[in-house]
Amino acid sequence: MTPQPNALEITDLVMHFGPVRAVDGVSLTIPRGRVTALVGESGSGKSTVGRCVVRLVEPTAGTVRIAGTDVTHLSRRHLRPHRGAVSIVFQDPAASLDPRMLVGEIVAEPLRLSGKRMSRREREARVAPQLERVGLRAEVARRYPHELSGGQRQRVSIARALISEPMLLIADEPTSALDVSVQASVLNLLADLQRDIGFACLFITHDLSAVEYLADEIAVMYLGQLVERGSRERIFARPAHPYTQALLSAAPVADPVRQRERQPVLLGDDLPSALDPPSGCRFRTRCPLAFDRCATEVPAQTAIGDGMAACHLVQPDGTGPDVRTADPSEVLS
Amino acid sequence: MTTAGAPVLEIRDLSVSFPTETGTVSAVDGVSLDLAPGEIVGMVGESGCGKSVTAMSIAGLLPGSARVTGSVRLDGTQLIGAREAALRRVRGREIAYIFQEPMTSLNPVLTVGRQIGEVLQVHERMSRRASRARAVELLTLVGIPSAAQRVDTYPHQLSGGMRQRVMIAMAVACGPKVLVADEPTTALDVTVQAGILQVLRNLRDQLGTSVLIITHDLGVIADIADRVVVMYAGRVAERAPVDDLFAHPRHRYTAGLLSASPQPGRHAGTDRLTEIPGLVPVLASQPDACTFADRCPAADERCRTAAPPLAGVGGTDHVAACWHPCETAPQEANR
Ligand SMILES: Nc1ncnc2c1ncn2[C@@H]1O[C@H](COP(=O)(O)OP(=O)(O)OP(=O)(O)O)[C@@H](O)[C@H]1O
Ligand SMILES: Nc1ncnc2c1ncn2[C@@H]1O[C@H](COP(=O)(O)OP(=O)(O)O)[C@@H](O)[C@H]1O
Ligand code: SF4
Ligand code: SF4
Ligand SMILES: [Mg+2]
Ligand SMILES: [Mg+2]
Repeated sequence: MTPQPNALEITDLVMHFGPVRAVDGVSLTIPRGRVTALVGESGSGKSTVGRCVVRLVEPTAGTVRIAGTDVTHLSRRHLRPHRGAVSIVFQDPAASLDPRMLVGEIVAEPLRLSGKRMSRREREARVAPQLERVGLRAEVARRYPHELSGGQRQRVSIARALISEPMLLIADEPTSALDVSVQASVLNLLADLQRDIGFACLFITHDLSAVEYLADEIAVMYLGQLVERGSRERIFARPAHPYTQALLSAAPVADPVRQRERQPVLLGDDLPSALDPPSGCRFRTRCPLAFDRCATEVPAQTAIGDGMAACHLVQPDGTGPDVRTADPSEVLS
Repeated sequence: MTTAGAPVLEIRDLSVSFPTETGTVSAVDGVSLDLAPGEIVGMVGESGCGKSVTAMSIAGLLPGSARVTGSVRLDGTQLIGAREAALRRVRGREIAYIFQEPMTSLNPVLTVGRQIGEVLQVHERMSRRASRARAVELLTLVGIPSAAQRVDTYPHQLSGGMRQRVMIAMAVACGPKVLVADEPTTALDVTVQAGILQVLRNLRDQLGTSVLIITHDLGVIADIADRVVVMYAGRVAERAPVDDLFAHPRHRYTAGLLSASPQPGRHAGTDRLTEIPGLVPVLASQPDACTFADRCPAADERCRTAAPPLAGVGGTDHVAACWHPCETAPQEANR
């Protein structure tokens, strides 16, 4: 039996907007049916990776394979048969749903655009069960987006994204604009659908508690590059890269007793610009452990199990200092 | 921090409504709250629950159309109904605000030093030279490195976190007694947020400033608040010292909020998040009922026919407005 191709394979992806080096050499694989979370600071390039995958923007270099097919340079026409294989859901459902279209038309639109021969009747017949699947009543099909709540609109965009039964869903901050209670229902929905339908998911988010809840693997981005990749369990238990460690230490937990014992690693707010990233390790201007070599030499990716970390201090066995406990002066002596 | 000593800010029975084209919106209904000197109170709730309206009404920042009743006393002085000139003085010197998006409150064409300096020149009658030196001190106080150079930069040359620090420096320039921070870290990354929360804590420790921090993030509340007020549909649902609130939430809405958030160590493969069905209502008038009844798993006839009063629910200073307060730990409460 030949192994099934991965849902997504990104190799050396580069996306420059003029002088802005938004994505600068990202490689990432998502096996079928798995959820990979892409985390990192605002402006680190997460959404740009997602937009390259769905070809909302044309990558500067590198390749994107979806289910084994290289879609990087396919023309619009040749892309068509692969369109249904990947869908995207955005943060702001209000802005991503056409206000002049009925919900039913919005949800059916991917079927219309797929080029498959299908009558309007057939399409409409697919919409009602799709709405029910995301927890909306079928009559919502005859309403306009502005007549729905934020959570309902996000369900509509999930219904639209999944109607073509994609192999891969790109979810770009799908819960960030929602209140806690609505967030819970959308996270539950994504988890249920993912389990039942088995699509793979690139889950882009700032919210580390949502990451822990939904992700199988985690990829951490900093200034256009991946600094660490690994299983959810490993990243939360033993983050290897100083940036990942700082990120996890900074996210407050909703438990005052535990939170009081925690000590965030403060990095300073001065994020370097994607116009002119620092030489060597891009994190060095904020890294509490940075030393001479970090300015001159780009850190190689050290393999840690199936994942990796890109830091000079990470040893071949995956161990290294932890900025949450390490004293910088000792680490380097 | 305990709540010993006379409160610096005393809010009593504050209600706010807005006449709109589609009828009246009742945004805040009978909110009471004290802020002790040097205390950090967290206000939490979903969007539309009346957090910002409560905050803005304290120093008269609401639009003229707002109908405000009740009492807000700052060191005993009544602010509701006070003259605009008096309120303006209070806003500059005694009660300061910071908001989610610092860029909208900063002047893009003035250096940060000039902006902080102007506050000092107007309210403290400081000279230009003295105010500049003081601006450098303030920027250092809020953790801006090389403040002596940064004082001459323009807002757009700073990162979002730095801008928020500048806002805080401006806010505390005249040594206010109360700082109201409405979602001050919502637009920031967690690494930057941690630094801002640290600055707020330092201000309290070093200057004794009382802080009212508004957020929808329970992690932020757990991190920084001494006491917590949970708002729901314009009313105070629950009020408690922070440890008590998280360990023993008594109002059903508080319990719902806590169990809706993903907890460390939990995964979709084994756990479901507890949903709160429905939405925060927008009310035209305040009903004689619990405003959470439509979404509450424990609602009964009484909840739908009488508004539950805020009442002690055991523990020190722990009150909840619920006819059937939860007895158990948050994880069990709403199952
Ligand atoms: N169309 C564009 N033209 C120019 N620059 C762009 C464009 N799109 C993105 N960028 C820049 O690329 C970088 C990465 O942006 P991106 O939106 O991918 O970040 P992100 O990690 O998704 O951030 P956030 O967490 O704020 O959503 C940023 O510096 C951004 O300003
Ligand atoms: N200027 C206004 N005119 C009419 N309604 C308003 C105005 N400001 C706020 N509201 C309403 O008051 C309620 C509470 O709003 P707000 O205090 O901003 O909520 P929160 O800060 O908790 O998200 C909402 O229903 C909101 O729509
Ligand atoms: S390579 Fe150097 S600067 Fe980069 S993360 Fe490692 S120690 Fe820090
Ligand atoms: S008063 Fe009744 S409806 Fe309101 S929260 Fe308590 S149990 Fe639920
Ligand atoms: Mg983005
Ligand atoms: Mg608000």
